[in-house]
Amino acid sequence: MTDATLPDPVRPTGTPLLPPSGAPLPPPTRAEYCVIACAEAWRDNGEVLASPMGAVPSVGARLARRTFAPDLLLTDGEAMLVGPDGTPEGWLPYRRHLAMVTGGRRHVMMGASQIDRFGNQNISCIGDWERPARQLLGVRGAPVNTLNNPVSYWVPKHSTRVFVEKVDMISGVGYDSAAAAGPTATRYHRIPRVVSNLGVFDFATPDHSMRLASLHPGATVAEVLAATGFEPTIPDEVPYTREPTPAELQLIREVIDPRGLRDRGVPG
Amino acid sequence: MSDKTMTADEAVSRLRSGMTLGIGGWGSRRKPMALVRALLRSQVTDLTVVSYGGPDVGMLAAAGRIRKLVAAFVTLDSIPLEPHFRAARQSGALELTEVDEAMFMWGLHAAANRLPFMPVRAGIGSDVMRVNPGLRTVTSPYEDPSTGIRETFVAMPALRMDAALVHVNRADRSGNGQYLGPDPYFDDLFCEAADNAYVSCERLVDRFDDAVPQTLLVNRHSVTGVVETPGGAHPTSCVPDHDRDEPFQKLYATTPWPEFTERFLYGDEKAYQSAAQAWHEERR
Repeated sequence: MTDATLPDPVRPTGTPLLPPSGAPLPPPTRAEYCVIACAEAWRDNGEVLASPMGAVPSVGARLARRTFAPDLLLTDGEAMLVGPDGTPEGWLPYRRHLAMVTGGRRHVMMGASQIDRFGNQNISCIGDWERPARQLLGVRGAPVNTLNNPVSYWVPKHSTRVFVEKVDMISGVGYDSAAAAGPTATRYHRIPRVVSNLGVFDFATPDHSMRLASLHPGATVAEVLAATGFEPTIPDEVPYTREPTPAELQLIREVIDPRGLRDRGVPG
Repeated sequence: MSDKTMTADEAVSRLRSGMTLGIGGWGSRRKPMALVRALLRSQVTDLTVVSYGGPDVGMLAAAGRIRKLVAAFVTLDSIPLEPHFRAARQSGALELTEVDEAMFMWGLHAAANRLPFMPVRAGIGSDVMRVNPGLRTVTSPYEDPSTGIRETFVAMPALRMDAALVHVNRADRSGNGQYLGPDPYFDDLFCEAADNAYVSCERLVDRFDDAVPQTLLVNRHSVTGVVETPGGAHPTSCVPDHDRDEPFQKLYATTPWPEFTERFLYGDEKAYQSAAQAWHEERR
């Protein structure tokens, strides 16, 4: 449940926020569409903790906090709740963070080494659990997260290795597993979205299986199908992930992530 | 009041092979590494280790001292995957009880409160239940007023330990411990959940005159021994005394274990600290 540490640098005084008069902004990159898609996960969440893990979700959460979701809480990646400029506003050591999870006033965006059509997620190990071919992190807080507060996922490289028919170890609980486990599991269980470098996915289907919700501009349905190890529901008309506004682009590029951490590891 | 100060080797001399041993800190943060190094110098083995795992688990696993590990993860934080823990798992060298972070915390609470278990929502529906066939559930005797349902939870068993090892910023001779960083982690719970607890510290103090009250988290009634060992969390972080030694941690993660032990773990704690310092000086 460790958040990615991404410093939120203060813009040096005197740096112009607006480009030279009339100069057009360079068009959004794929990573910037991913940032927008991640930020949108926290829209209308109200006064809850946004827990982004990874650089792109971190930029997205900060963008949401500075624009359309000003009541969000954010941490410094350690034990403090901080405002947009990094000023502390509260204390959240791990023991209190776990209470925030079970209290439900949190929306986390985790990574996924594997994810399946019903949103079961694995970060524990690849292969047979008894003697794994590749030991990964362990389940971490994925079980407690998924049963207690909304959990979205971020996958920087959409591939058939990640989007699999069946995960090797259910760390984060998917819709079918929650339903099978009964009301204790389903009561607060919700997976709002999965964001990858190709598009946005949700579970808005009758059986809560994965659906393509939007494509990032430049990506195609064929690309998604080729990189997915199961057949997600593809609506007749697939919308594109929305365009960032000029103000959002400037916030991303000049204020929140001037070093361009969002671009690392996000294939176009 | 009794003087509980002792050396790291004296603390470890009270441990026995086969014990269940809790290790405080979190990942690569404020781990009692000097006590772990003393363990590596001893013959103590066949341990059941209970830890929010970091290089403590990695080193003990590399040295073949762990029979069974109880953990939610093992990580070096800035290096996500712990190489020696991975190797041990992939070769089947240790038994694992894999639980969720919150299940782990409630297991500590149960032990500290002398309860056999605590009910936890986490774990239901996940493969934590599959890989721990001994885990039982418990059904609430109360109907939920809104749903009318009596919910079923994981009965997380108490994580009772024979001994706990933790590292704090300051301690006094009677075993009161103070943390000065942003997060206490779960060190107080580890001490309360163990039959004996050994607290190492950056600096021994006579009094806590100007202490912020909430920093005095570890109380002497739950502590058996106190060890003063500056740099005792190295290479993990121990803020504000020192940050994580990232270059050294990277060296640890990329050096074959026999080579690492030969260069840094051949002698006592003083030799280790000198060897680490010498390595840094060579890099300049």
